[in-house]
Amino acid sequence: MFGPARRRFGLGSVAKLRASPEIREFFRDYYRTCCNAGPYKVYFTSRQRRKSADISGSVPLADSGNSDAFVAFERVQKSYDGEILVVKDLNLSMPKGEFLTMLGPSGSGKTTCLMMLAGFETATHGDILLDGVSINNIPPHKRGIGMVFQNYALFPHMTIAENLSFPLEVRKMGKSLREEKIKRALDMVEMGDFGGRRPAQLSGGQQQRVALARALVFEPELVLMDEPLGALDKQLREKMQFEITHLAHQLGITTVYVTHDQTEALTMSDRVAVFNDGRIQQLDPPDTLYEKPQNSFVAQFIGENNTLDGVVTEIKGDTCIVRLDGGEMLDATPVNVTKVGERTRVSIRPERVEINKERLQDGAHTLKAEVLEFIYMGDIFRTRLRVAGNDEFVIKTRNAPDQEKLVPGTMIDIGWLPEDCRALDAT
Amino acid sequence: MSDVADTGPMLAADGTPLKKSLGRALRRQKMRALMLIAPLLLFILLAFILPVGDMLYWSVKNGIVSETLPRTVVALKDWDANSGELPDEPVYAAMAADLHEASLAKTHTKVGVRLNYENPGISSLFRKSGRAAKKWEPAADGPWKDQLIELHKGWGDTAVWRTIQTYSPPLTSGYYLNAADMRVGPDGPEMRPENERIYMLLFGRTLKLSLMITLSCVLLGYPVAWLLANLPTRKANMLMILVLLPFWTSLLVRTSAWKVMLQQQGVINDVLVWIGLVADDARLVMINNQFGTVIAMTHILLPFMILPMYSVMQTIPPTYLRAAKSLGATNWTAFWRVYFPQSVPGIGAGSILVFILAIGYYITPALVGGTKGTFISNRIAFHISSSLNWGLAAALGAILLVVVLLLYWAYDKIVGIDNVKLG
Ligand SMILES: Nc1ncnc2c1ncn2[C@@H]1O[C@H](COP(=O)(O)OP(=O)(O)OP(=O)(O)O)[C@@H](O)[C@H]1O
Ligand SMILES: [Mg+2]
Repeated sequence: MFGPARRRFGLGSVAKLRASPEIREFFRDYYRTCCNAGPYKVYFTSRQRRKSADISGSVPLADSGNSDAFVAFERVQKSYDGEILVVKDLNLSMPKGEFLTMLGPSGSGKTTCLMMLAGFETATHGDILLDGVSINNIPPHKRGIGMVFQNYALFPHMTIAENLSFPLEVRKMGKSLREEKIKRALDMVEMGDFGGRRPAQLSGGQQQRVALARALVFEPELVLMDEPLGALDKQLREKMQFEITHLAHQLGITTVYVTHDQTEALTMSDRVAVFNDGRIQQLDPPDTLYEKPQNSFVAQFIGENNTLDGVVTEIKGDTCIVRLDGGEMLDATPVNVTKVGERTRVSIRPERVEINKERLQDGAHTLKAEVLEFIYMGDIFRTRLRVAGNDEFVIKTRNAPDQEKLVPGTMIDIGWLPEDCRALDAT
Repeated sequence: MSDVADTGPMLAADGTPLKKSLGRALRRQKMRALMLIAPLLLFILLAFILPVGDMLYWSVKNGIVSETLPRTVVALKDWDANSGELPDEPVYAAMAADLHEASLAKTHTKVGVRLNYENPGISSLFRKSGRAAKKWEPAADGPWKDQLIELHKGWGDTAVWRTIQTYSPPLTSGYYLNAADMRVGPDGPEMRPENERIYMLLFGRTLKLSLMITLSCVLLGYPVAWLLANLPTRKANMLMILVLLPFWTSLLVRTSAWKVMLQQQGVINDVLVWIGLVADDARLVMINNQFGTVIAMTHILLPFMILPMYSVMQTIPPTYLRAAKSLGATNWTAFWRVYFPQSVPGIGAGSILVFILAIGYYITPALVGGTKGTFISNRIAFHISSSLNWGLAAALGAILLVVVLLLYWAYDKIVGIDNVKLG
């Protein structure tokens, strides 16, 4: 897999955390403040989470004077027309060196946030802090933020070298120093031989690299990228994803990256902020985001997901029992439900559905399912089932010698670990 | 595929060599394209190329002398104009015969007028002689030399004979010399006396004022075009109507409006006097001079500058400016280093358009330019409609054409014509 990020903030820490109920509690609070936009400012990295977890029980709200926060949005709102809030109460803070991705559907306000950070749009309300200083009144050219645009915005009338020279010239750098830096930057993106060309003479991927080099050549501490890989084909995109994360971590730059491609977000980022409707729905490392979505939107948006609707009938510590609308019972982890009788939508990842009864806990609830379709996909099998009246229930099983190939028309029992099935909000 | 080279030329499906059938297909395509543009081609040929060619011919054509005075032209051939002596009797006899014939055909005044361009006074010489020549018997009444000199002392002037001799070939460079303020003297072409030079002055003034007009159009038009290109579409379209509004009113009305505005008892002077900026007895002279011409023509030609600039600026995405600023450039640097160079093609296109239009303008300079603000085109118009010296008008026009082409070439060398975008 790509991404030193995955390696650095690996699954290990989360696995450890899964055990303790207090930590769960504390996480829930943390997510609420994040998503529901309370008056607090929350700041978190995996590293720190581990630390706070050790001194578990303490209130995990970082105060706004957090000295580690390099970039911070404090209760930021934005409206273009005075009627609709495009960004509603955004709170976010990033430590130095973090690679944060803003992910969300089209029109959710990602670009707007980036533009406010870069200084091309002004926030209608709230503060944006850079290194602890409010930058609301600092013009874009004094912010020293590198930026990569979706269409690269390489100046067509200048050569590649002149493009890279531009930010250095406006900083009144001497010629020899400039040339040295340009060379280093171009070499860094493996474009050393192209300095004399015009942007129009480069391929899309090459232009992308140059745009990256130009955003980095003046050594900004913060780099913003707005869907920089949107125009590239899949293979090139994956290559560039790797190169960008690699560079960002190697140079220790803080990066805010915007995309609406969830794979990109998951593979590249230290943390992902899922945007919808002008709010951050969830802000977490990729693994947490995927395995522990905090609401239905995030569960639906990230990866493939099966949902079933029902009512909570019993809550017992960190598990609950849900009665589906068809009368079936199942076990789940209560996430967004607090009391018995509440409507809920449970979500289960296709690869976490268990068809082998022996692997389930004693007394676990199972559901009857009819096999509708079996698709052989090479490394995995994808089977579509009818479960509790839902025809689109999908399970994925690994292609292994002992793996059963389900036959359409047969009835099977399916189940899952309660922690893999999350009872979320019913919307 | 690779064995094709061994088996000879590649064949099309029906067995003919591929090259040949491709050539045929392309030829058919070309013919079709040609047919489509044929009407336009014909129109351009008839309405543009032929008239321009005809004009070029007019500027050198001189058949009238040899046609009207055929015997004289032959007889004068061996006369040495620089000897200082008058031609001999045969020349006078030939002239008498020619004059007699011309007076019967009533063509003697025309040749007189033609030669009068080169040597003022010849017109009356021919008119007077022609009147007398009707009654002559050219073969019987000789010898003619003394008779003619007696009739009009012009016939005793070597300069007259020199003029006739110089302009007897069917083609002449005389119009061009004239247009360049030169004439044929005893030692070949020479400059005219200082007080008779006019065309070079006019050419110079036309170029200078056209440049000033182009420049002021760029200065005034650039911000407007920028505004248009950066406003939301609906507002931009509204403003665009305002830009185009002048096109909806007659040129004459607009020019006359400037007369009302600029004259000494006009609106602007009145306001200035009323404010007290200008004394009543020292009202500004803003019309019937170069200032008036520049102002009025800038106003009239401004849309031709704005439109191409606008269409170029519209294609410059605003992200370039943002990118420049994110790289640390101030607003000005971002504009100057990033936006402006990309808008140059628009400036180039607008400038060429305005300059070429300006250089050939004549209504406005005629109305608001007075004597100090007229253009070469006014002179051309004068020669076409008043003095009827079409040859000179054609020569002036041809020189203007060459000057424009030269400037176009220079522009191509300096800026590059591929850097011009007209839409
Ligand atoms: N200049 C603007 N004027 C008015 N409304 C705007 C402007 N820019 C964006 N919006 C609106 O703000 C909302 C958020 O836009 P934004 O560009 O931030 O979305 P996004 O998350 O970047 O979407 P995408 O993934 O499509 O790029 C959209 O509803 C959009 O219509
Ligand atoms: Mg966007």
